[in-house]
Amino acid sequence: MIPIQLIQETAEALMDKAAIEIPQDYLDGLRAAADSEDGDLSSFVLKAMLENYEVAKEDRRAMCGDTGVPRWFVKLGNETQVEGGMVALEAALRRATANSTSGVPLRPNRVHPLWRTDHNNNVGIGAPEIEYGFEPEPEGEWVDLITVHKGGLFGTDYRMLFPSDGIQGIKRFYLDSLMAFGKRGLACQPAIIGIGLGGSKDICMTLGKRASVLRVVGSRNSDPRIAELEDEFKELGNSIGMGAMGFVGKNMVIDCNIEVGFCHTGGMPMSVHAFCLSSRRAVARIHAGGQVVFRTDPAWFTDYQRRETIDWSPVREAAE
Amino acid sequence: MSVPREIRLSTTPTSEAIASLRLGDVVYLNGLMYTAREGVYMRALADRANVPMELPSESAANFHCSPAARINADGSFDIGAVTATASFRFAKWLPEWMARTGAKLIVGKGGMTSEDYKEYFVPNGAVYLSTVGYGTGALLGRGVERVEAVHWHEELGLAQAMWVIKCNRMGPFIVASDLNGDCLFERENAKIAENVARVYRGTKPAVMKRYGETDDRTDEVI
Repeated sequence: MIPIQLIQETAEALMDKAAIEIPQDYLDGLRAAADSEDGDLSSFVLKAMLENYEVAKEDRRAMCGDTGVPRWFVKLGNETQVEGGMVALEAALRRATANSTSGVPLRPNRVHPLWRTDHNNNVGIGAPEIEYGFEPEPEGEWVDLITVHKGGLFGTDYRMLFPSDGIQGIKRFYLDSLMAFGKRGLACQPAIIGIGLGGSKDICMTLGKRASVLRVVGSRNSDPRIAELEDEFKELGNSIGMGAMGFVGKNMVIDCNIEVGFCHTGGMPMSVHAFCLSSRRAVARIHAGGQVVFRTDPAWFTDYQRRETIDWSPVREAAE
Repeated sequence: MSVPREIRLSTTPTSEAIASLRLGDVVYLNGLMYTAREGVYMRALADRANVPMELPSESAANFHCSPAARINADGSFDIGAVTATASFRFAKWLPEWMARTGAKLIVGKGGMTSEDYKEYFVPNGAVYLSTVGYGTGALLGRGVERVEAVHWHEELGLAQAMWVIKCNRMGPFIVASDLNGDCLFERENAKIAENVARVYRGTKPAVMKRYGETDDRTDEVI
């Protein structure tokens, strides 16, 4: 049984870390970009961002004044039980979100879409989003709490493509998205670009968003042909000649992650997402014994999450 | 590779100081600056509410921003990170706002169009400063010496309120328009555009079109 108080305390610590500490994988990616950048203005911008990350950690203040829209991904081991049940867990995550909004402080970004009502705590109808995943391994009682504070306005698009559009059609929509949101730096690039392919329309968006926020820089899809596309698309995005803030430069994409899901036989839906210069994500695993281990890699896309079979039998899968 | 020129600027700048700015200069600000986004313009311009500070004598710097900040129980303020929001959304209000308040420095994200600059920035002797990144929220937050006041937070909420902040070498900002009405981002776009055809070579338009890809709404989009 996972103690509910520990869930809330850990969630508050995660909110703080996500807002303030740039994840190491993104930082390494941006340092490499800064080293290779030769555009005058782009280069200045990347150096300022690197300095900004240091200042955020020194002062314990958020990296960016737009602290995004906090959301949660929760993954549970198959046997895990939470004290008070899942309703208590959701209340703890909502409370942690509200407490940290004034605690860090974060910007209270969440408002009612029509009435613009602001509770000043980032909590409201459907906010924060809480999504779930389950894992057969490792056995035992544990829960992963993942918070992501992604920006919400620019850098994202969806399009229903068709099988006859092919890879060249995918490339074109990818470039269209980068061109549309890269000008004047609205996508806050260089970014982790996530591409969702397949699923229904909603799942296509979910896959692309998760590809951008739940996979780290340098990770590759387990399908080697998709992994090749990820490499190719990263290079393609960086060959546009557009850098940070839309200035002339060679760094638009810190990495490109692609996730797929089976879709209707007639279609090939595609979504594109940009996880910005302040790629806010933080993760912790809480064990039933009270141990808490913090990390920055959500490790969301396991073989189990990408399974293609009816039943899950890791021994048989491994033998194939 | 050249390094941008660095300039200190008052938030009540002289016309000479503004005239000396060049596209791409890096600016650090001293003095009072106020935030203004949708709520402030609607309240001041549509609802004709009195702006609760003396403009432009106290500040000629309009910041398209809402900070990550809180108002404490004792009425004091804590400001964390500070980042601008995209400015193009405020174009409909800015001509009237500038005429009424004498704003000379419009500070935000992404700039406006050169038409905006020529039409109402230049006649008002104003220029646009862009935040950097985006966003260097922690760096800018460090440049906030103190919060002078928060106006209209009860009416508009924390994110839309008018925050008045005292800047102490606050920056960096990049000069994105000048008194010719030239636009830094459009200059950069034009350079990048030369390469676009090459990048798109081999790709093909989607088999199903969307509105916007044809200007004629009587066209079928299939």
